[in-house]
Amino acid sequence: MNHSMARFAVAMICGPLFGAGLVVSGMADPAKVLGFLDVSRMAQGTWDPSLMLVMMGALSVVVPGYMLGIKPRIDAQQAPLCEARYHVPATKALDRPLLLGSALFGLGWGLVGICPGPALASLASGSPAVLGFVLSMVAGTQVARLLNEARNTKMQGAPTVSEPS
Amino acid sequence: MEISNVWMPLLGGMMLGVASLALLALNGRVAGISGILSGAFGAKGDRRWRWAFIAGLLLSGAVAKAMGALTFEYATQSLPVILLAGFLVGLGTVIGGGCTSGHGICGNGRLSVRSIVATGVFMAFGILAAVLFH
Repeated sequence: MNHSMARFAVAMICGPLFGAGLVVSGMADPAKVLGFLDVSRMAQGTWDPSLMLVMMGALSVVVPGYMLGIKPRIDAQQAPLCEARYHVPATKALDRPLLLGSALFGLGWGLVGICPGPALASLASGSPAVLGFVLSMVAGTQVARLLNEARNTKMQGAPTVSEPS
Repeated sequence: MEISNVWMPLLGGMMLGVASLALLALNGRVAGISGILSGAFGAKGDRRWRWAFIAGLLLSGAVAKAMGALTFEYATQSLPVILLAGFLVGLGTVIGGGCTSGHGICGNGRLSVRSIVATGVFMAFGILAAVLFH
């Protein structure tokens, strides 16, 4: 099996596992996400802290796994098993795109309680609302790509905007 | 809080963590859904694994639906609001370089300061929008 096929196979396994994680954790349900983001529900005692538990569960795996298994390899300039190098963002700048983009994303997320992963996993519901959300989201990503490219062209010689993760 | 209300989010979160860690360890890629999605339509690089990952996400949703585990409610939102929200999510995640997965799980998992700041910002604005509109 060559590397390109191996990467394909890995993605075919990680994608469903990720989607299953969204469903099991409850994050595929916008009502649950809004139940967390709408902190005014704390006053009525109906606030749902599960999103915090989801994050804790995920980080309890990723932090030790990355620190013990992956970071030493990156530092030693070793390659991942099926790819020539680690595609980990190198930029460290807390710049305007990071802050502005995250703010816009947060507003959209809080409006309906859907972020990109759950949006894709929920397409199977057949709901026209989810389909509309996904099409609009894809349009948004491509507009942003054009804006990023225009910005990079304008700032020739300056470090390029990091690859979106 | 019932036991299942604690363990299911924790277990689901750990599944997200294992999937993210495996993609990084094997493919050297950050499991950021917004990045995978926007790159899938890009002209550069290897796009096949991106579409495989997306297909897998869709598949898991279909299986969950068949099992009756896919639940959600959009009754309170009008279509223009949903479209606006989708556009903001797509635009913001690509400008900001990540979403709840790329920054929230992978970036925070790497203890990246950029991702910790980004997570704080989108959480704050998510809370703001949710409190104002729900």
